[in-house]
Amino acid sequence: MTRRWLPYVIFAVWVIALASTPFWATNYIVRLAVMIAMFTALTLSWNFIGGFAGYPSFSTAAFFGLGCYAGALAQRAGVPMVAAWLIATVVVSLFAAALGAIILKLKGHYFAIGSIGIVEVVRLVISSWGSLTGGGDGLNVPLLTGGPNAVARIFLVVMLAIMIIAFLVTVYVDRSRLGFGLRCIQQNEDAADMVGVNNTLYKVIAYTLSALFCGPIGAAYASWTGYIDPTDSFSIIMTIKVPVMCLLGGPGTVLGPVVGTAAFMLLEEVFWANFLDYNRAILGAVIVLLIFFLPRGLLAIPYGKLGARLVALLQRPKVAS
Amino acid sequence: MSAPILVAERLSRRFGGIHAIDDLSFALNEGEIVALIGPNGAGKTTLVNLITGVHPPSAGRVKFEGEDVTGQRPFQAARRGLARTFQIVQPFPRMTVLENVAAGALFGGGQPSVAAAMDMAREQLAFTGLTQFADRPASALTLAGRKRLELAKSMAMRPKVLMLDEVNAGLNSGEIDGALALIRRIAERGITILIIEHLMKVVMSLAQRVLVLHHGQLIAEGVPGDIVRNEKVIEAYLGEKFARRFSAEKLNG
Repeated sequence: MTRRWLPYVIFAVWVIALASTPFWATNYIVRLAVMIAMFTALTLSWNFIGGFAGYPSFSTAAFFGLGCYAGALAQRAGVPMVAAWLIATVVVSLFAAALGAIILKLKGHYFAIGSIGIVEVVRLVISSWGSLTGGGDGLNVPLLTGGPNAVARIFLVVMLAIMIIAFLVTVYVDRSRLGFGLRCIQQNEDAADMVGVNNTLYKVIAYTLSALFCGPIGAAYASWTGYIDPTDSFSIIMTIKVPVMCLLGGPGTVLGPVVGTAAFMLLEEVFWANFLDYNRAILGAVIVLLIFFLPRGLLAIPYGKLGARLVALLQRPKVAS
Repeated sequence: MSAPILVAERLSRRFGGIHAIDDLSFALNEGEIVALIGPNGAGKTTLVNLITGVHPPSAGRVKFEGEDVTGQRPFQAARRGLARTFQIVQPFPRMTVLENVAAGALFGGGQPSVAAAMDMAREQLAFTGLTQFADRPASALTLAGRKRLELAKSMAMRPKVLMLDEVNAGLNSGEIDGALALIRRIAERGITILIIEHLMKVVMSLAQRVLVLHHGQLIAEGVPGDIVRNEKVIEAYLGEKFARRFSAEKLNG
């Protein structure tokens, strides 16, 4: 019984820790908390297609960037900020649903390459369509009034809200018919078809869910920073980071994306602070090692057994030498 | 007699220049056990694939309960009550045995919730004698266990017609006896069974009717006792030369 509630307790504690940063931490830490909330929501999104359905999608940056631009353009057209975020959500979801029906016919490596191609295609379209998007010069987005610290606090609440909604949807999917069907697809797609799972429909739903939250996250990010350009919005680093975070925590689980994102971003901070020259290289090596030795993520470690063994080790009577 | 439950009308399927199934027609009556036999490469599995929609037929039609279901997708076949097992078992390896069967109950069997599907899966595990393995991962079962799991999964789909593709291949004789008993109990529930089989022991003891497939065509059809004496069938299995020698020996001896 306690085991069943453990993920939710951990998540609640983590939300409170992030939400309380303005009261006890420096502005740098508050900014980091916003980024953690944002990436956790992105990772939870990716988990629907990459974790539950097992389709290695690298489309996250395409959805995020499209969300940035949809939100920014709506705001520049005079739409109120929150309404602009909702518009971005709808635009990105429709884009993913239409695209999913085509790209999900690909499997394995082919799907991965196709999904990463989408990031480039959308980026090129946005940067070439100068009359609408400002091209390579980027776009200014109306700034919120108040100092950067006050604004960061507002966006901490916004990103945490999106992260909590993404988590609740994950919990629902995990327990529902949809989640069961996606797990079947992940393990054996032909067998899933044979037991009556409508594979195409389920995969499109999972792909759309993986995009759904990227829309408002991108739009809110644009409102927060006040300026977006194609290079920053459609970053290949982001599209790779998000799956790595999820794999690090435990793909296809409820808490995995949360734990993976936290672990990744905290490690990144530690290496950034201590090894200014080699931080990327060290981080890369750590990721390779973790994924090599923990293919099912940090959550798959048998912590109970490890703890018991540690206790046994400590209690062992010392042999006099 | 009522109308047949499953009808194949002049089915054909070409792969490149090869006629895997060539203008083939047959019908299954409700509640009967029919064996489909034929040498390797005769097109037995292809025929099941055409019926369940894994491949669309190049020509011809499939009718299920009077409805034209040609070109249906496999998941639609499953939901209609046309279940099949695979020659090479297809479990969900990292799910438990119980969850594997629940997948069949939830999607093919149309159970309203995951909890209801789990209950139905428990019933089917008891029916197939897998209850003690319910919480083990499917990949931990022996081959006989995995074949049994395929049957449990299919039964959870509440099928009207069950197509069994070599469920006994690779089993030892004790395991085969167990599987035979299970198939009989499935048939007692009124489920129509089409069984693809190489073992004559199984064919002779189970089937009420035998269809013989060779080069994608139906070369014989009848009760098991007649089929084993059919010249065309012997020729298909042994080749023309041996078939002639065999019948000559029978005349002389």
